[in-house]
Amino acid sequence: MIGQRAPRQFPFMLAILTALVTLFMLIPMALSITAGLVNNYSQGLASGLTTRWLEQVWEGYGDTLVWSLTIASLCALITIVVGVPCAYALARTQARWARLFEELLTLPVAVPGLATGLALILVYGQFRSFRQSFLFILVGHVVFTLPFVVRTVSSAFANRELIALEEAARTLGAGFTRRLLGVLIPAVMPAIIASALMVFTLSVGEFNLTWMLHTPLTRTLPVGLADSYASMRIEVGSAYTLIFFIVVLPLLWALQAIANEVQKRYGT
Amino acid sequence: MPVVVIFFAFWLLPMAWLVALPAQKGWSTYFAIFTHPKYWLSLMNTVGLSLLVTAFTLALGGAVGIFLARYKFVGRGALLSLLTLPLSFPGVIIGFFMILLGGRQGLIADLSEALGAGRLTLAYGFTGLFLAYLYFSLPRSIATYTAAAEKMDLALEEAAKTMGATRYAIMRDVWIPELAPTTFACAAIVFATSMGAFGTAFTLATKFEVLPITIYTEFTNYANFALAASLSMALGLVTWLVMYVARRYTDSAPVAV
Repeated sequence: MIGQRAPRQFPFMLAILTALVTLFMLIPMALSITAGLVNNYSQGLASGLTTRWLEQVWEGYGDTLVWSLTIASLCALITIVVGVPCAYALARTQARWARLFEELLTLPVAVPGLATGLALILVYGQFRSFRQSFLFILVGHVVFTLPFVVRTVSSAFANRELIALEEAARTLGAGFTRRLLGVLIPAVMPAIIASALMVFTLSVGEFNLTWMLHTPLTRTLPVGLADSYASMRIEVGSAYTLIFFIVVLPLLWALQAIANEVQKRYGT
Repeated sequence: MPVVVIFFAFWLLPMAWLVALPAQKGWSTYFAIFTHPKYWLSLMNTVGLSLLVTAFTLALGGAVGIFLARYKFVGRGALLSLLTLPLSFPGVIIGFFMILLGGRQGLIADLSEALGAGRLTLAYGFTGLFLAYLYFSLPRSIATYTAAAEKMDLALEEAAKTMGATRYAIMRDVWIPELAPTTFACAAIVFATSMGAFGTAFTLATKFEVLPITIYTEFTNYANFALAASLSMALGLVTWLVMYVARRYTDSAPVAV
């Protein structure tokens, strides 16, 4: 018997649990996809397939999709431009204020979006034109997602090998710009791409904060969804959800694929 | 640094404002959550629900994660990405899923009617909320546990098996201790997310009142800003504390976001 592996039994309990969980996760998705495409939900597939709910959603809520994608892209751009220098500074200083600031920066993630939204309204709600623009929502999203960028990129900057590399470049006479473009940016590129993707995903799906910040004229995709669930028939809500699946998910997958590719090429 | 400016102007200043606001209505406003039975009940509802959801999420997510990490079958990658797909769904969609599943026109109502038990609706009560929270928590724990279980040391388990350990003993003495850091980190995130979840309960217009809904109602329906601020602080403190403790003790266990 020596050297022989213990017989491996198939774990039926685990398999059954996995199957049940899979059903629980997939049935609602399937339900909502069919409900968005049938003429009448309570009669089911027998009432025939239609795209008229999709068209109705497109007319009524198409702009929410455009705005969500715009806000998410801008949010990713801003958090990267602003967050990466901060991540570098935090990774290269040992000062106590830096640790304190790092700790503070985790707060917007831990504190529920509802509270952040409330706070923003209380302070800036009086500035009418700001309050009524998409900028208000964008600011909320930036504050909420910035910590993710700073934390992810900062830990990439703190890599020991990178510190040694940068030191080597410095002793060889490379100036800061040279080190930045030649050493630092390429080294943390995977972290930057990954956090930009995370920010984009978080921003597109954000509701807790956005619902507090939105106005009837400034609606994002999740806000529109909530509105359609509350006020439209079930087929319209489903069609809207389907649009989310069709447009947003492939986009997120494509971005994920790009991020993986970058990770493969530049990652260590 | 621009980060400091953005952070202070749009987060710290508003938060300070929020923290100071209840003082205008008297110091007792800060303690409304302890003194007022309605708000205390709402807090306890939320904590209880979140604890229950966390326990179920960890147990189920752990089982699925270990299974997916151990058995390489055809379509495993596809299944894993399908199961983690809901990570990118807004909470409102998951509330809507529950309506489709357990609402008045829902699948469960159709099934129970066919079985002669009448039209069963569970979406708008505790059960619906529990299932919905479970739905948005499971993907995170499945992704996290699958990644962690793939790194588990198989030799330990093999050794335990050759020495005649039962399945239960392996679970208790090998799996649970080995996955403990992951469990701890994942529990904190799942609990914090459940505490602060607003979209799902909002869509379900649930009869089981949770704290985010209470805050929202105080703010919009009664324009009671000071009280809403005080309750938000309580909610923020609980979630922050849980995350803080988890971060202190599990530095190395990564969790899927």
